Amino acid sequence: MSTTEATQGLALPAEAAPPRRAGGSDRVAHAILLLGVVLFALPLWIVLMGSTHDAATIGRGEVPLLPGGHAVENYTAAWQRGGAGVPGGRMLWNSTVMALSIALGKIAISIISAYAVVFFRFPFRKAAFWSIFITLMLPVEVRIFPTFKVVSDLGMVNTYAGLIIPVIASATATLLFRQFFMTIPDEFVEAAKMDGAGPLRFFWDVVLPLSRTNMAALFVILFVYGWNQYLWPLLVATSADVETVVIGMVKMIGSEANTEWNIVMATCVLALLPPVAVVILMQRWFVKGLTETEK
Amino acid sequence: MATLELSAIRKSFGPVEVLHGVDLAVADGEMIVIVGASGCGKSTLLRIAAGLEIPSQGRVRIAGRDVTALEPADRDIAMVFQNYALYPHMSVAQNMGYGLKIRGLPRAEIDRRVREAAALLGIEALLDRRPRQLSGGQRQRVAMGRAIVREPKLFLFDEPLSNLDAKLRVQMRAEIRRLQRRLGVTSLFVTHDQVEAMTLGDRLVVMHQGHAAQVATPMEIWAKPADTYVAGFIGSPAMNFLKGRLTEGGRAVALEAGPTIRFADGPRPGPEGLPLTIGIRPEHVRAEAGGLALTLTLDLVEPLGSEAVLHGRLPNGEALVVKLAGPGPRDGTLPVALPAEALHVFVAEGGRRLDPAGG
Ligand SMILES: Nc1ncnc2c1ncn2[C@@H]1O[C@H](COP(=O)(O)OP(=O)(O)O)[C@@H](O)[C@H]1O
Ligand SMILES: [Mg+2]
Repeated sequence: MSTTEATQGLALPAEAAPPRRAGGSDRVAHAILLLGVVLFALPLWIVLMGSTHDAATIGRGEVPLLPGGHAVENYTAAWQRGGAGVPGGRMLWNSTVMALSIALGKIAISIISAYAVVFFRFPFRKAAFWSIFITLMLPVEVRIFPTFKVVSDLGMVNTYAGLIIPVIASATATLLFRQFFMTIPDEFVEAAKMDGAGPLRFFWDVVLPLSRTNMAALFVILFVYGWNQYLWPLLVATSADVETVVIGMVKMIGSEANTEWNIVMATCVLALLPPVAVVILMQRWFVKGLTETEK
Repeated sequence: MATLELSAIRKSFGPVEVLHGVDLAVADGEMIVIVGASGCGKSTLLRIAAGLEIPSQGRVRIAGRDVTALEPADRDIAMVFQNYALYPHMSVAQNMGYGLKIRGLPRAEIDRRVREAAALLGIEALLDRRPRQLSGGQRQRVAMGRAIVREPKLFLFDEPLSNLDAKLRVQMRAEIRRLQRRLGVTSLFVTHDQVEAMTLGDRLVVMHQGHAAQVATPMEIWAKPADTYVAGFIGSPAMNFLKGRLTEGGRAVALEAGPTIRFADGPRPGPEGLPLTIGIRPEHVRAEAGGLALTLTLDLVEPLGSEAVLHGRLPNGEALVVKLAGPGPRDGTLPVALPAEALHVFVAEGGRRLDPAGG
């Protein structure tokens, strides 16, 4: 304690010591920073404010910068009625199911694949690894038509399964887990063998707990990825039952001439909340994982 | 309690054979130390005993039962790893009890055994900590504890002390020895450190390039090394080797460095003129002038307080190291004598020890 205080005490004069730069360049730097903040934050602010005004205000072409009095009304409408026939609540639910399933599914599948590739010796192990690796170069867009054909032949159009399963394998996540597993010392594997832990126990009792941090980080990334999916849901989710919020918003804007901008903006704010919540919640878990485990 | 028997163990990794037929019988309660230079196959041999490697040929028996094909967990053994291999996300108690939990022992029994082992090792206070909150010595103890709770037939140690600083190493060495005696568990201990080997082992296995060069008690190995490799490996500073030839019908050696010395313990079998390697430990060389004295030209003197290690050259250019009591001379030359009773005789080709005929 005393040493940190001492160094902190020392830091103050040291900070003051460098000669002050000309006020002008300081101000320029601040101006640029401010501009950056405005560029990022202003659209968000406008959406947030717009969602609290009535349709007429925005219809007149005004860009409100202060809160209006219609927040409750707009959000209720967005949640219950939606803009293009599907209630916002329903779309949010669909998006949540899709994003959660994609994130969890990708983690589950890739961690198991990586476990097999790293810890087991079996014929064509290298081939298996390389074929996973190569799919990195094949994003959804490249294989979208054949995939659609398969999904529709299987009758999975307009189902959750159709939304989720075609994108549930992740080469990236598999490779990340593989890299991590390769840093797990062989001695752990051997100690587990001595302890009598079979492959499943070792996976469950050692590998999974050690991977918590990695899983948390990946979950954040994959949830946001899943939430923001656009092209695939656009093709495969055409009925109201499975329409996601991202698709729904596009439809609201595109379908009618008299777009209810206040409802669009309220939906937009609602659509922002889950990914933000996941980032914030998982951030804490992520840091906790970092401080509690080490190899 | 149990015996361990390794017979004709061979092991190849791909085309490379790293163990060329090793035999070893460990008696009940005995502590055997496998010592040798890095890469000679010590760990491989230990891992074969553990079941972590399958021998290409040969059998492993524990307590008379052939376990060659058994999984490590089914061999009733425990191993202490060089880096301890403590699971970082488990507490000390969980680490120690994990193997028992998998075996399905009741919780109360696991608890009791963990507590007992912890008391034995003086780590009761650490049971709730995580491995990273422990010092190196404490981790070492936990790793030992994990082995002890299993009450195994056999302890296996793979260089468990090499990650500790010198002082702690000496302390833990003594502790392991005491513990092993007390528990009476048959043990196999791998190290590359000859001091560790000499102090820990009831018997040593000196490994050299995949062979067991000698299996014997520490004193036997020191007094009667089986070949020049063992002779040079055990003892510090290392044994001196001088070239010579068998002469006088096997009764003496004619050293290239000059004198002919009669063997104190009887004639050696072999043809006249057989090239020999004569070994003598630095502490056995005497600094004295006399009939058979050689002149040693010093090139380095290492004073160690109560003794000094002198490095020098004999007239024929061969190097000789001498350890003397007292501070020793600074430099210059020194008359030295090689006492006949301290000589070790090896055949130059192959380096095998040559003992007196019938002796
Ligand atoms: N899994 C393995 N694959 C290939 N070679 C190995 C393997 N394990 C050990 N070796 C080789 O076997 C030899 C002996 O290794 P090891 O038993 O670890 O030596 P030591 O423990 O005496 O230092 C070394 O040359 C090493 O490179
Ligand atoms: Mg080794």
